[in-house]
Amino acid sequence: MCGIVGLFLKDTSLEPQLGTMLTDMLITMTDRGPDSAGIAIYGEEVAQTTKLTVQSANADRDFASLEADLSRAVDTPVSLSRKATHSVIHAPSAKANQIRQALRELRPDMRIMSTGDVMEIYKEVGLPEDVATRFDIRKMSGTHGIGHTRMATESAITTMGAHPFSTGPDQCLVHNGSLSNHNNLRRKLRREGIHIETENDTEVGAAYLSWKMQTGSSLGEALESSLEDLDGFFTFVVGTKDGFGVVRDPIACKPAVMAETDQYVAFGSEYRALVNLPNIENARVWEPEPATVYFWSH
Amino acid sequence: MQIFDLEKQGLRALNEQLHAQSTDTNQTSWEVINAKGSHSIAVGLDAPIAVTVKGSTGYYCGGMNKQATINVHGSVGPGAGENMMSGTIIVDGDASQYAGATGHGGLLVVKGNASSRCGISMKGIDIVVHGNIGHMSAFMAQSGNLVVLGDAGDALGDSCYEAHLFVRGKVKSLGADCEQKEMRAEHIAILKDLLERADANAKPEEFTRYGSARNLYNFDVDNAAAY
Repeated sequence: MCGIVGLFLKDTSLEPQLGTMLTDMLITMTDRGPDSAGIAIYGEEVAQTTKLTVQSANADRDFASLEADLSRAVDTPVSLSRKATHSVIHAPSAKANQIRQALRELRPDMRIMSTGDVMEIYKEVGLPEDVATRFDIRKMSGTHGIGHTRMATESAITTMGAHPFSTGPDQCLVHNGSLSNHNNLRRKLRREGIHIETENDTEVGAAYLSWKMQTGSSLGEALESSLEDLDGFFTFVVGTKDGFGVVRDPIACKPAVMAETDQYVAFGSEYRALVNLPNIENARVWEPEPATVYFWSH
Repeated sequence: MQIFDLEKQGLRALNEQLHAQSTDTNQTSWEVINAKGSHSIAVGLDAPIAVTVKGSTGYYCGGMNKQATINVHGSVGPGAGENMMSGTIIVDGDASQYAGATGHGGLLVVKGNASSRCGISMKGIDIVVHGNIGHMSAFMAQSGNLVVLGDAGDALGDSCYEAHLFVRGKVKSLGADCEQKEMRAEHIAILKDLLERADANAKPEEFTRYGSARNLYNFDVDNAAAY
């Protein structure tokens, strides 16, 4: 199963409500997957500042003096905003690579969930409502976002097995389905030098897209080639800095429904996820076609 | 008219009340409001009642229907009318995947488009889609009629048995062992009747018939009368 929701706002007046709308949509999908939940939110951009979302299994220990330790290590003030097991590090963009390096040395157990100018990823084991509450998602504003609730099939129920997966700066992927050639593809991608952390099939899908884009493909081209190279069932929803996209495998047995109005484009694994969106009665509602890449951007 | 607020009263209460209706019930007309994409609305009915659903539904709307007439003022999720035995389901909007799957009888009308696997493994149901149907429709269809006023997607009628498939528009591709068939007077008569009952504005002569080439299963011409 698994449940996916996505919301791309056209009407900027809705931006303060993005977190609440997306949370409500995701909670509706709870019975499609109770194992873990996650949300990627595309928020406000601060000039020349990069956001790194990090996660720790031992947050009290790891986050206690992180701000000061990092600032010292990169010789520039960085700020840290903590939410439960996650923290967002705000740092000058020019220092982003140094920060990554410093994090590996200072806190080797900590995981970098995402980097980018605007995107933050929050994900944990648990039900959507609990995860959203833990990270205070309802209060978040933004231009677009993606949520996922997981019914684990291919690998263990862990934080790192939760979706969304980051595929690059400001890029993320969520997946409903199961890939059947992920072991082979993981070996191939590792030979290409791509870092893959878990035994999860979706992480391989995300790494595949990252690799394609690193080797010169646009996101649209990477999604097109995923239809050739990935074997299995998938409905993917991807987020980028200024847009979001949808692609389903050629068999398209994993459900997907979309709605578009003048105010938003919305995605749900089921129509139930969309029923409380503004003016949904008059939205254009349709099922995305199989093996077809859809993309919207600001 | 019985009005049932699904949001307030809940799905189980709805289906219990509908199941409690017998052949000679006085409560013959029901309206379900606040459907909001809920699953399994009006499933397993077995009485000659009319149920109108206001709004779109989730999975399996009208599944296993016998006798009842169900009219959805909206679109339906996956598996609408799945395994229905008799009665009528009319969907004003679109239908998601596998509408009418394994249906044994009755009439399913979709006034919009139906998605993939429409009529998969159909076993006697009649399905009329005013718009288009998606890929792998009528896969392993055994019996009954699938009528499509628009176009059909890839692999229509793959591995089908003796169902009649009528398409007015284009067929993207035919599935294994499915071929174009001659349209005879008996087929025109079937189509005329179904188009009338489905309130579809089309002429039987505009359709092309498809069916099984009978190379994939043990078809015996001596038994042709039984099909």
